[in-house]
Amino acid sequence: MNASEHAVILVYSTYHALKIERLLGRENVPCKLIPVPRHLSSDCGVCVRVHQSDVDIALATAREAGVEIQGCHPLE
Amino acid sequence: MEKVIYLDNAATSWPKPPEVAQAMQRFMEEIGANPGRSGHRLSVEAARVVYAAREAVAELCNAPDPLRVVFGPNATEALNLAFSGLIRPGDHVVTSSMEHNSVMRPLRALVERGADLTVVTCSPQGALDPADVEAALRPETKLIAVTHASNVIGALLPVAELGALARRYGILLLVDAAQTMGACPIDMQKDAIDLLAFTGHKSLCGPMGTGGLIIGERVDTRALAPLNRGGTGSQSEREEQPLFLPDAYESGTPNTVGLAGLAAGAAWVLAQGIARIRAREIALTSQLLDALAAIDGVTVYGSRDGRRRVAVVAFNVDGVDSSDVVSRLDEDFGIMSRGGLHCAPAAHKTLGTFPRGAVRFGLGPMSGANDAAAAAAAVAAIAGEAR
Repeated sequence: MNASEHAVILVYSTYHALKIERLLGRENVPCKLIPVPRHLSSDCGVCVRVHQSDVDIALATAREAGVEIQGCHPLE
Repeated sequence: MEKVIYLDNAATSWPKPPEVAQAMQRFMEEIGANPGRSGHRLSVEAARVVYAAREAVAELCNAPDPLRVVFGPNATEALNLAFSGLIRPGDHVVTSSMEHNSVMRPLRALVERGADLTVVTCSPQGALDPADVEAALRPETKLIAVTHASNVIGALLPVAELGALARRYGILLLVDAAQTMGACPIDMQKDAIDLLAFTGHKSLCGPMGTGGLIIGERVDTRALAPLNRGGTGSQSEREEQPLFLPDAYESGTPNTVGLAGLAAGAAWVLAQGIARIRAREIALTSQLLDALAAIDGVTVYGSRDGRRRVAVVAFNVDGVDSSDVVSRLDEDFGIMSRGGLHCAPAAHKTLGTFPRGAVRFGLGPMSGANDAAAAAAAVAAIAGEAR
């Protein structure tokens, strides 16, 4: 899998990431929880990795469910 | 082990569905990591277990969001979080005379620190009139806090009416669901419940050491101070407590093995269906109430209508101390019950059973008609000897 095809969505809590994972699972949008890359955040938790093509639907789904988004970055 | 009839489910449910211990063993043997504290697969899997518990609990009470389920060790800590976090000197709280000490003691402590408390008297049947609650409201009233069902006689309090009342006056409603979560339909959103304290080890069939507070959307979390502050695995660069849910109120490593069991217990309850569990417990409670009431020399407390109470039955045998009845039931009949005041002196004063107390049978999801019949027969034998 080519990492550059992906983006990561940063959230404030592991449980927020898990909520996004559950919601995207219901919509059949593939995602994976991965450790937050250190160059993106000093946080020690996880973030949600999605395909670049799914970023818009993932962000919309998260926001609609009231999950606050800390940031969204291409994964190099 | 000698066969026992366990009728102390109002204290804790037992036996649990086998899935509960299996889930806990699986967590200990196959997951084991600290949830939300790292990005490795075992930590994420541990957090998934906790999130599954949030989802199941939220579904059982129609909470607005699984992230609003804050876990802690028990309903008591949840109540302490709500009361001490929300109530300031000068604030007024209204509660009922059927409360457990888990509500009464933290509120009495707040009175010593300058808050004001009105205890609305319930009927000797344990009924609370919402009009009496409305009459107790003042401009400085911040919270109505009541049990959903009495832990002594099972009487259900009118939480939906109180929710409507609280909305009308712009105040908050807290419900202590220790006896009802997993046993009765609860709808936080429809019934306008702002704070719901629950335990995991009673009708949710989870292990002891699990419980929590569900925080409704009308609660301003900036005005709800945490009971504890500390590590949450989130915003680790900051030395101040995060404000977002659930992390704001979940400092320190949680009882994840317990929550694995709670997730399994709550899933079992969901699979059974609350409506089915409730119908079964109404039938069993009515059977036990009728059988006990028919015995000479036995006084049964509260409504005889099983639909107006949860599966908790309190009674006394004329001329026999409740603790002696409990001992006889155990030693001669293998029946587990509880006597005394059940940590609820106010409720016993309301019922007219203070300081004597009463004997309590707590039926549960694993109780059967034969258990209720055996219990009534044992009480009849004890009462017969006392006459």
